[in-house]
Amino acid sequence: MASVSAKDTRQQAERQAREDLRRVWEPISEAEFGFAEARHLLWRAGFGGTPGQIAAVAGLGPERAVDYLLESPDVRDESPAADEFDRNIMRPYIQQEEQMAAQARRTRDEDTLARLRAMRQQAQGQDRRQMREIQRWWLRRMIETPRPLEEKMTLFWHGHFATSYRTIEDSYHMYMQNQRFRKHALGSYKQLMREIIRDPAMLAYLDNNDSRKGSPNENLARELMELFSMGVGTYSERDIKEGARALTGYTFRDDEFVFDRENHDGGRKRIFGRTANFDGDGFVDGILAQRATGDFITRKLYEFFVGDLPEDMRDASPAVDSVLGKMRLTFVRSGYAMKPLLRELLLSRHFYSEDVRGQRIKSPTELVVGGVRELRTPVRDLSALLDAMDLMGQSLFFPPSVAGWPGGRTWINTSTMFVRQNTLAFLLTGRRPGGADALADRQPYEPGPIMDQLRTALGDGDDQHIVESVLTYTLGRQPTHAMDALRGPLAGRGGARDGEALRDMLLLVTAMPEYQLC
Amino acid sequence: MDLHDSKAFTRRAFLGRGMMLASASLAAPGFVQGAALGLPSPSAMLSSLAGVPEDRVLVVVQLSGGNDGLNTVVPYGMDEYYRARRGIGIGRQQVLELDSSQGIGLHPALESMKELYDAGMCSIFQGVGYPNPNRSHFKSMDIWHTADTSGTGEGWIGRYLDSECVGFGKGESGTLEGSPPAVSIGRDTPLAMQGMKVKPVSFESAEVFRWLGEDHDRALKGTYDQLNRREQASASASNADFLTKTALDAQVSSDLIRQAVSTRPLVEYPGNGLARQLAMISQMIRAGLKTRIYYATLGGFDTHAGQGGPNGRHAQLLRQMATSIQAFYRDLKAQGNDSRVMTLTFSEFGRRVSQNASGGTDHGTAAPMFLFGPMVRPGVHGTHPSMRDLDGGDLKHTLDFRHVYSGVLDTWMGADADAILGRRYRPALVLGRS
Repeated sequence: MASVSAKDTRQQAERQAREDLRRVWEPISEAEFGFAEARHLLWRAGFGGTPGQIAAVAGLGPERAVDYLLESPDVRDESPAADEFDRNIMRPYIQQEEQMAAQARRTRDEDTLARLRAMRQQAQGQDRRQMREIQRWWLRRMIETPRPLEEKMTLFWHGHFATSYRTIEDSYHMYMQNQRFRKHALGSYKQLMREIIRDPAMLAYLDNNDSRKGSPNENLARELMELFSMGVGTYSERDIKEGARALTGYTFRDDEFVFDRENHDGGRKRIFGRTANFDGDGFVDGILAQRATGDFITRKLYEFFVGDLPEDMRDASPAVDSVLGKMRLTFVRSGYAMKPLLRELLLSRHFYSEDVRGQRIKSPTELVVGGVRELRTPVRDLSALLDAMDLMGQSLFFPPSVAGWPGGRTWINTSTMFVRQNTLAFLLTGRRPGGADALADRQPYEPGPIMDQLRTALGDGDDQHIVESVLTYTLGRQPTHAMDALRGPLAGRGGARDGEALRDMLLLVTAMPEYQLC
Repeated sequence: MDLHDSKAFTRRAFLGRGMMLASASLAAPGFVQGAALGLPSPSAMLSSLAGVPEDRVLVVVQLSGGNDGLNTVVPYGMDEYYRARRGIGIGRQQVLELDSSQGIGLHPALESMKELYDAGMCSIFQGVGYPNPNRSHFKSMDIWHTADTSGTGEGWIGRYLDSECVGFGKGESGTLEGSPPAVSIGRDTPLAMQGMKVKPVSFESAEVFRWLGEDHDRALKGTYDQLNRREQASASASNADFLTKTALDAQVSSDLIRQAVSTRPLVEYPGNGLARQLAMISQMIRAGLKTRIYYATLGGFDTHAGQGGPNGRHAQLLRQMATSIQAFYRDLKAQGNDSRVMTLTFSEFGRRVSQNASGGTDHGTAAPMFLFGPMVRPGVHGTHPSMRDLDGGDLKHTLDFRHVYSGVLDTWMGADADAILGRRYRPALVLGRS
């Protein structure tokens, strides 16, 4: 009798577990979607929001909120345009210059060679300054965009198809690549894979412009599989060798992709066990047909939007495992379209679960862009913000390697912790790191409008209530120790009506270790 | 709904270059020189570690811009040198002789370095470079930093820290008893120190290695401390706990470092940027930090025009380097720490053999590399590159810099140099007999 009931209990528990697993991928209901959930959505699918924006998103309900982020149907894009960048700084020699250089080399005309070198060095200096302008442009765009998910996905693709200016030293190519990522930000991964093998910045970064029939360079073929699609250990050395042959002749001239038929190896290749006269597109199609591709990209998207995954996937919880399976299915079935996948993910109960919310460490870009957008601080000085992001370990257009930024806990050490706190202090007070008062940005930060929005969203009340509301909005939680500590700066001052007191409180909140999470 | 905040933002950030230059001038650090704080004597503290590699320190001094090697270690015995450098050449009589058989001597501004050399504390490797030299500052610097001729990947010191986890130990946040594994003094973090796991601590002055919000209102410091100095009750694996622990580590580290550099050095340092950086490093060593690697930089070596000969701009830079390093070792000796600390200098490239029309020199290739400290193998090592057999007007290197890295990693730091450098480079002999 006793053993039967134990069996019943076990079966019941298993049923319950199956049911729970099924529910993780169910869409969250209208009733479950409140201020906290909307805040979470805005942070993960964008760069956070003001209390007013959070309340507005909450009011839409989950379906319309997610659609709004994905489609931004009625949003006119007033983000800063950037057609003023000079595409000619690093242009190759025109024919006349080429002849002059060749002549000088032949006759050992050191003066002319020195002049050409000096011209080149001057152009490099000018190009670095333009790269800095482009960095500022993108940072400003992320801060101001009405379509945060578009910029967030652009950032994702930049880290995924990581290309560094350090290596290619051509700012216009970096800009073109960035626009490509933006164009396909929420489009199709399949299309991006086809375009990336034609992207001048990528072709230069991974040396494919030097890859010729008879002497293929394997760099792009290898990374295309290892880092951009399938993951290490899912293909053979032969796939690399033959894939590299398929990519020979994929090069560029000036700013344009060129298929150099002369240098393309049109012969038969055996890739993933199939034999044909594959070219680059054939190689990419082969990659997209591999199961590993769906798995790998899904995991990367999960880590970007949801949370860290264990190094060994066997250690993943059943819920995470199940979610990854669902994501992969949707992604592959749609032919690698981003929207259906993101729609399901951003609506799923799993995405809003306690294990997920407020557990992810903000990247330097999220911290800085999010800080400005969430608190509505003045932008202060984009160059100072870029310097700070560099010190935090993320310099836009300069990923540390082709593997992109490792992210997660690698963002944080004792040094970056102070830089993070001080950058938020700079946004709130205008006081620059280094204490050079003469250069301090005197524009005051006015928390008034934010607080009005917060009162509208979460109600008015005493100091205790204000602290609670501010923590809910900035941290998404109310740690007890912070509740006690933060009442101090408000006490004896004008409370919620006192701008100074509120700014001081925000100064302290943004210096909390918990503020690094979203 | 409005997710578009553009109107709320100030445009003054976009004033352009003027603003950029203004922010660059913030570089001037406020160096703190307070009263001595009576720190425990580190030599006594570390005496139990004597001879154990864990207390060995490497200081890297980067000479940015491309130091003119030929006017640093002067091949006065070669006529070609004087033919190529009619204006800026260093006369035979002015050179501080190192080796008369080779006809090699030091620039006269390097008197302090000559004293270190005579005391057996200076090692000179000649003609150091790498194959297919790149003349872009950026690229060549990356090559030296990554020890890889593609100039990509992690930094060589970063890989050392990753593989050895030295002074890094258990904490993911990269500290051990408040000591960061590596400290770089400067505005940015050198690529050389970027690892996959370990990231260096960098600050321009220790004064900013703390929360600056308190400058806004001192009264906030107490609450800030309450929020940032929290002992973990239980160590869970959550990111929140990891951050809380790192925040506490940062406070301890900040106290330690700021207290260390607020003491007065035991000797006078010259008044230049490198000297200030080395004085800070010396104070951190004195305070007993377990940091293994320090990084300092002296810029301005890009002498395309008017570099001068025995006197002038280049001479000034060389004097700054030599006098700073000499003061550094005097200080370390007074502390009793000199035998624990090796210093390595490098530059991204040397300069062309022939001077140009502006009384300067353009980007070149091979140049000498120096090691300092009582433990180094003193003398001039290797072969000076030929002044006749040039490559398009540039010196051909006679020693790959990675052999020097390998020697330092292998014999001084006691690390697996082959694994760190990605392949075997026969370690250069860097240590003297002791």
